[in-house]
Amino acid sequence: MERRPDPDELLARVNREEEERHRGRLKIFFGSAPGVGKTYAMLGSSRLRKSEGIDVVIGWAETHGRAETAALLEGQEILLPLLLSYRGKELREFDLDGALERKPALILVDELAHTNAPGSRHAKRWQDVQELLAAGIDVYTTLNVQHIESLNGVVAQITGVSVAERIPDSVFEQADEVELVDLPADELIQRMKEGKVYFPQVAEQALGSFFRPGNLIALRELALRRTADRVDVQMQRYRMDHAVGETWPTAERVLVCLGPSPYGQHLVRSARLLASRLKAEWIALYVENSHQGGMAPSDREQLERTLRLAEQLGGKAVTLTAENTAEEILAFARARNVSKILLGKPPRAGIWRILRRDFVSDLIRESGGIDVYIMGGTAEERLARIRSARRPKRRWAPYLYGLAVVAAASALSALLKPYVEPVNLAMIYLLGVAVVATRLGVGPSILASIASVALFDFLFVPPYLTFAVGDSQYLITFVVMTLVALLISTLAARARLQAERARAAQSRTEALADLTQQLARARDSASVAAVAVRHLSEQYEAQSAVFLPDGSGDLCVVSEFEASFAARTSESSVARWVFDHGEPAGLDTDTLPGSDALYLPLIASGETLGVVGIRPQQSTDEMMSEVRHRVESVVGQTALALERTALAERARQAQVEAEAERLRSGLLSSVSHDFRTPLASIVGASSAIATGDLDASEVKELGQSIYDESQRLSRFVANLLDMTRLESGALAPARELQPIEEVIGAALGRVKARLAGRVITLRLPEALPLVGIDARLMEQVFINLLENVARHTPEGTPVEITGAQEGKHLVVRVDDHGPGLRPGTEEKVFEKFFRSSEHSESSGLGLAICHAIVTAHSGAIRAASRPGGGATFTVTLPVAEVPAGPDGAPRPGGGAP
Amino acid sequence: MSSTTPLVLIIEDEPGIRRFLRVTLSSHGYRVSEAACAEDGLKHAAADRPDLVVLDLGLPDRDGMEVLAELREWSSVPVVVLTARDTERAKVQALDGGADDYLTKPFGAEELLARLRVALRHALRKNGPEEPVFVTGGLKVDLAARVVTVEGREVHLTPIEFRLLATLVKYAGKVLTHRQLLNAGWGPEYGFEAHYLRVYMAQLRRKLEADPADPRYLKTEPGVGYRLALEA
Repeated sequence: MERRPDPDELLARVNREEEERHRGRLKIFFGSAPGVGKTYAMLGSSRLRKSEGIDVVIGWAETHGRAETAALLEGQEILLPLLLSYRGKELREFDLDGALERKPALILVDELAHTNAPGSRHAKRWQDVQELLAAGIDVYTTLNVQHIESLNGVVAQITGVSVAERIPDSVFEQADEVELVDLPADELIQRMKEGKVYFPQVAEQALGSFFRPGNLIALRELALRRTADRVDVQMQRYRMDHAVGETWPTAERVLVCLGPSPYGQHLVRSARLLASRLKAEWIALYVENSHQGGMAPSDREQLERTLRLAEQLGGKAVTLTAENTAEEILAFARARNVSKILLGKPPRAGIWRILRRDFVSDLIRESGGIDVYIMGGTAEERLARIRSARRPKRRWAPYLYGLAVVAAASALSALLKPYVEPVNLAMIYLLGVAVVATRLGVGPSILASIASVALFDFLFVPPYLTFAVGDSQYLITFVVMTLVALLISTLAARARLQAERARAAQSRTEALADLTQQLARARDSASVAAVAVRHLSEQYEAQSAVFLPDGSGDLCVVSEFEASFAARTSESSVARWVFDHGEPAGLDTDTLPGSDALYLPLIASGETLGVVGIRPQQSTDEMMSEVRHRVESVVGQTALALERTALAERARQAQVEAEAERLRSGLLSSVSHDFRTPLASIVGASSAIATGDLDASEVKELGQSIYDESQRLSRFVANLLDMTRLESGALAPARELQPIEEVIGAALGRVKARLAGRVITLRLPEALPLVGIDARLMEQVFINLLENVARHTPEGTPVEITGAQEGKHLVVRVDDHGPGLRPGTEEKVFEKFFRSSEHSESSGLGLAICHAIVTAHSGAIRAASRPGGGATFTVTLPVAEVPAGPDGAPRPGGGAP
Repeated sequence: MSSTTPLVLIIEDEPGIRRFLRVTLSSHGYRVSEAACAEDGLKHAAADRPDLVVLDLGLPDRDGMEVLAELREWSSVPVVVLTARDTERAKVQALDGGADDYLTKPFGAEELLARLRVALRHALRKNGPEEPVFVTGGLKVDLAARVVTVEGREVHLTPIEFRLLATLVKYAGKVLTHRQLLNAGWGPEYGFEAHYLRVYMAQLRRKLEADPADPRYLKTEPGVGYRLALEA
């Protein structure tokens, strides 16, 4: 049957190819053991590339003192190693930044699984390689089979050697090319003996342990199989691309159930192996039982590690909460069409199996068509389990309280003994046990029940003062008392735990809601950062800092809480890396784990807006594993808020620009009108005089006209200058205490000529208080106000200037009897370049200057039309506190006679 | 000083303003000597012995204040400084530093001539005896008898008010800075508390002026000081 390619698959392939085009290509020289000749093959291959004219650099090559290999290095460009000093030792490391800067077409980086020296950017070399690939550089590297994560366990079982240096399977699988460097075991041993692999003395030792023929054969088989698997995958891809028809196996899906034991890692690796054999998807699931108590921090961490490992190995990690673990697992499995479930052997044995419902048996019983696999652990893991089972120190106080309650019950029983049957005395003990069980938890209640039974028997059951029991029916009393204690304490503990969880969840929800609200209120990025930092410090007791890029793109700390770490350059360079790559780094991550803090990128709409640095106050491990995902949601919220403020900021910016544009065009039209008109008159009049043909009276008339127009020009220039200086802040008022009438008088003197024909009435009471003003600027205010009157009112109309004190303010009103203001322009008249009409003589600056000056004096200026006609301008200024002068000094209003 | 037509030295770098000053002053009976920079100006001041110096504070080679200080080291010739607008501080500095008066650019011919007339008259009077009775408009001040009348009506003044008025009268037509007036009224220790002076000036105006807010005699130079106006 002809099968057309699935569009989704095609799209995925296109995406893959798109990504591959930008990324560099990774070629792995893959071998079964050290010494098979991977580095030799890699160097040989690179020489070939170089001879083809490709820009090849050797980033890192380990010759292990092998002469033939070293010979291949000759004539090749070798990148200088990075020198790191660690605990007084000087370490040589691959120079990632050097490589990125050099940016060759192809780089050779030996030993992909290498663990970098502390202080390097990434913990592992394969991460360096990822960064090289991301930068578009092709990489040749080498790898031994035992370093592949999923094969690690198998290799350890074969050779008895567990390798700490591992790479995720995904890295191996995503390699564009894998070249198997194969060498039969015998030949390898031969090479070892000839000293071609290690120096003789090392070789001796190696031959005895790792390089046994059996090991080498097994490793070789593993390497061959792994390579074959890859070929298989490529084949499948090819088939898919070309829609090769085939009977496809029914989709298998593997589910592995995990718990907080180190054994989980083994389970995960097994699941991966099974899934890859079946070509199936696989899911790692942890079900949190709502009945069980909270998890110990070390267990929680163990679990997180296991889940992360599952993700690294290509599985999907899921966490659920349920009352019944078995039911939940099966429900999930059915919903996801899971065909196989992997379980570990149940963690506890013995009495607990009888007392508690065993979820493994439940699961198997209810599993129906789903296969259930139970996996065993290794000795080492069992040991680890026993170690982890050792509980941390207990608190003894509740046990003492429990015993005290029992003692009180005994005392009460002793008092009542003459009047009451012994069986009823048992009730008093039962009450005591119930109290302990509800209040103090399981342990103390069991102790209390045992102590109660013992004391009851000792004191009140004949024969008295012995533990012998006369009547066998008291045994029922003992058993019931113990069971009641267990039942109540278990129930109470569960209720308490649930209440606590609910409370914790509640407070988390509230805190998050609070955060959302505060973030929504934040107006700019700085306050968003402050809100986030405050939240992190309050909720997680963490030192934190928010880094945002400034105008030039440099990262700056915008807000921080006790974050001294943020000031260090080493730390800010981590923040920089996170900002550039959009991935977390620092504490508790694989990138730059030596840092003091964890750095998370603030990403919104795919764009990195900033970085949050967090350093927990208390034990780091605890904080990271417990709350990291919650912190991440806080960071996500913050990023969204930042994006919002950035957009708002952009909108505001646009508005400001539009306003600036309006002012610019206003200025241009104003300048062209206000300069040209008087200039035209001056040029005309002066050129006429310069001809020399005019008589004296004509010259005088033209001279007057030149004078008037020059004055007008001068006023305009002065206004423009004032406006500019006021706006740039260069014209700060030099305030001095003075009477306002002095300033008004000076202004009147200046504009008297222009106000000719108008009757000016001044009403300034003698008792007006002093005001702290800049005399020259305030004079300008009244000059401009009066010129405005002169411009807009007909000759012969009166003008009144009135001053009065109103509370702590001095109010001066200028009333004219002109046409008044056009309705709706009462505020606009103070805007720059506002003109009441097209042909207005005004430059549109005078009143704007008044406004600016009065505002700079912490005063106010208002305009209004009066009901009777005409306009009113009101200037309000704060009254100054007059400082007391020294003795004998003159005082306002008084003086020596 | 010997010649009947006074010699005015103009120290100003702008040729346009220099031409305006030369034409205006020549046509009003002054002799004129010109310098375009501070060095030239000082040389001319020493060589020509002018009766008055018009000094621009914004010279290209040296600060006008320096020129003024150097000139004052050996000469008491009246100096009228030319300043730009918005330079109240510089004006006060120049006046306290020995300048006789100032003119703010742009200024007209009338203003220029009035300032020069006042400056020259004070320079001449420095050597002669003080006139005991001063009259301008309706204001009459008898310095010897300490009697002040406005429109024939006697006005009672406190001693400080009288000292202030007497100082203004002595330099009638000239601007006096706040510091100069404070010195005259109270002595040098009150040199910076200008609001005392303002309060006294306000009182003086109420006693002497028909409309204190629109004064006829006691004019305010905002940011600089006061001037007793001379009526033509």
